[in-house]
Amino acid sequence: MKDSWTEIISPKRSLLDINLKELWRYRDLIMLFVRRDFVSQYKQTILGPIWLFVQPLFTTLTFFFVFNQIAKIPTDNIDPILFYLSGITLWNYFSDCFNKTSNTFVANAGIFGKVYFPRLTTPISIVISNLIKLGIQVLLFLAIMVYQIVTKDIQVNVNMHILILPYLILLMAVMGLGLGIIFSALTTKYRDLSFLLTFGIQLLMYATPIIYPLSYTSGKLHAIISMNPLTPIMESFRYAFFSIGSFDWSGLAYTSIFSFGVLFLGIIIFNQVEKSFMDTV
Amino acid sequence: MRNFLNLNPNTEPSTSMEVIKVENLYKQYRLGQVSTGSIAHDLNRWWHTVRGKEDPYEKITGINNREESGSNDYVWALQDINFSVKQGEVLGIIGRNGAGKSTLLKILSKVTSPTKGNIKVKGRIASLLEVGTGFHPELTGRENIFLNGAILGMTKSEIRSKFDEIVAFSGVEKYIDTPVKRYSSGMYVRLAFAVAAHLEPEILIVDEVLAVGDVDFQKKCIGKMKDVSGEGRTVLFVSHNMEAVKGLCQRAVFLEQGKVVKNDSTQNVIDFYLQNNRDLKLSQKFEYSNAPGNEFAKLKSVSLKPKRDDGKPIITVKSELEIELEYWNEFDQVATNLSLHLNSFTGECVFAAITQLPVPILQKGVQRAKCFIPKDLLNTGFYSISIYVVKDTSIPICLFDDLLMFEVEEERDSTYWHGRFPGFVRPKLNFKIIKND
Repeated sequence: MKDSWTEIISPKRSLLDINLKELWRYRDLIMLFVRRDFVSQYKQTILGPIWLFVQPLFTTLTFFFVFNQIAKIPTDNIDPILFYLSGITLWNYFSDCFNKTSNTFVANAGIFGKVYFPRLTTPISIVISNLIKLGIQVLLFLAIMVYQIVTKDIQVNVNMHILILPYLILLMAVMGLGLGIIFSALTTKYRDLSFLLTFGIQLLMYATPIIYPLSYTSGKLHAIISMNPLTPIMESFRYAFFSIGSFDWSGLAYTSIFSFGVLFLGIIIFNQVEKSFMDTV
Repeated sequence: MRNFLNLNPNTEPSTSMEVIKVENLYKQYRLGQVSTGSIAHDLNRWWHTVRGKEDPYEKITGINNREESGSNDYVWALQDINFSVKQGEVLGIIGRNGAGKSTLLKILSKVTSPTKGNIKVKGRIASLLEVGTGFHPELTGRENIFLNGAILGMTKSEIRSKFDEIVAFSGVEKYIDTPVKRYSSGMYVRLAFAVAAHLEPEILIVDEVLAVGDVDFQKKCIGKMKDVSGEGRTVLFVSHNMEAVKGLCQRAVFLEQGKVVKNDSTQNVIDFYLQNNRDLKLSQKFEYSNAPGNEFAKLKSVSLKPKRDDGKPIITVKSELEIELEYWNEFDQVATNLSLHLNSFTGECVFAAITQLPVPILQKGVQRAKCFIPKDLLNTGFYSISIYVVKDTSIPICLFDDLLMFEVEEERDSTYWHGRFPGFVRPKLNFKIIKND
């Protein structure tokens, strides 16, 4: 009876003391956060969820004019509109996950300072609510694809690799979440990192085959871009829809190891920081 | 307020099972600019721990005393705290501002972690400090009940089973599907409190929220505390208001400068507090190097002088009081005003006064201010004065707590009344009987 304490509040956790059970107990909270984010984001806008379509379409058109019409960068015989839209759709998901989870602590300092709940619920809910957005944008992509097929007589060879699509999305979510929470932990101490991050994500986009196909690069550049763990995801996605480009299991294996490794590392760091961040924020 | 504060403080807790045990608890804070140069400090600290040496920053720490600190970067907000709470007990935690009460609370509610030592807990802890945390203005009352409940640790099904009760308690049934941004502030607080009140925690922490909010809200808080302790659950009541603590708690812990100075029955703790804090402080002077304050303002001097027609240097109800403050303003071009808080000895704020409007823009350097408290305003008794430096009329940038402490005495030749008047103030009003001749 003497030692039936339900909880012991103590200074530091060991590195691997990650309370996933507690996180699971708070799963309702995660879903309520998702709902809150989605409802609040579109409740008082005139066009509401239509913004979800406008942004990728305009970016696609911009890319089309700048990189295709002016710079004449080839798109591997894929219809340029579909090429860019596919890249942007996936990229947006990754960058949203990364960006928005990366300021978890700073943005939620007010609520974190008052009440305890597993802090990981916040970034996880961000990744999930962006999943809804991604789903809608993938539908947009499919609709545009059908439109292009019907009006422009374009050949699209969707193949069996499309079954791997959910896994590709999972990888992006895992990587975005992992990187995001690493940065969120670091920015509690070193605020200037958030400037670096905005800039870094922008650069990363150009190091990922979004506005150009991997086959367009060669030599050292090709090697560097192949090292980018996002590259196999982009390439696989396009391969599944257009049967053009490369599909490489070893590349995906590399990305998987990288993503889950980053997430694991991220959770460890996050877990250490969440206990004492209120003193530094 | 006193009539509903009767929680029957003399009942003994029903069992002797400990539900909270605080053991050798320490908390260290870093002062000053936290984010600059800390990469270097962190690397240094890391290098020491890697080689198995002691943390180089742990040694140079001062105690939690705002008047004497200044040179050290690190401060112990809590030092060697030990106490335990039994099931069903209502424990008061008292102390001045900055004694470590809120740090202790933060550690208890797991918002931050201790530096050393630990707290063992049996059961769920909830705090009435968290009223309305996470409410989103765009969401409806219904949605916010679920969100807020989940943040406070309830599952969806738990909330659903209590939903009707919560709505009825809050009294906003009609507007439950309206976004809360359309609520009046009263409705908002009622709804928020209703959620917190239905948490049914084993341990409830009540902070000084009682001081804010309207009387209704206070009544509800007290009522809830009564219910909770009546059901054999435990309450921690944190306050610097001795009267409230006396009315509510059987036992109290008195914190001073981050240490437990007294842990005894409430009456003994309050007596101890009163005995040990009777020193008068009528003036203070500092050199720049050891002046209290922060990077925005440093205290140079402060004094309180009675002004009387007969010239006697005594403070009575008939003395006008002149308060003079000098401080080093460390920032240029800041719209500054000062806020003076006069507190009763038991910690309640009697009144607050601010300097003139519009707010002057101040230059760097020594600034002076004077304030007069008219005669025939204060009652007899002990008072303390705190002065806050406020930027842009809203952001307190430097808090000088309990700068002055003084006792107002009875005017000696008054022959009408020999007992003490009730109340904090004793204003002389234009109050006459109009004789019906």
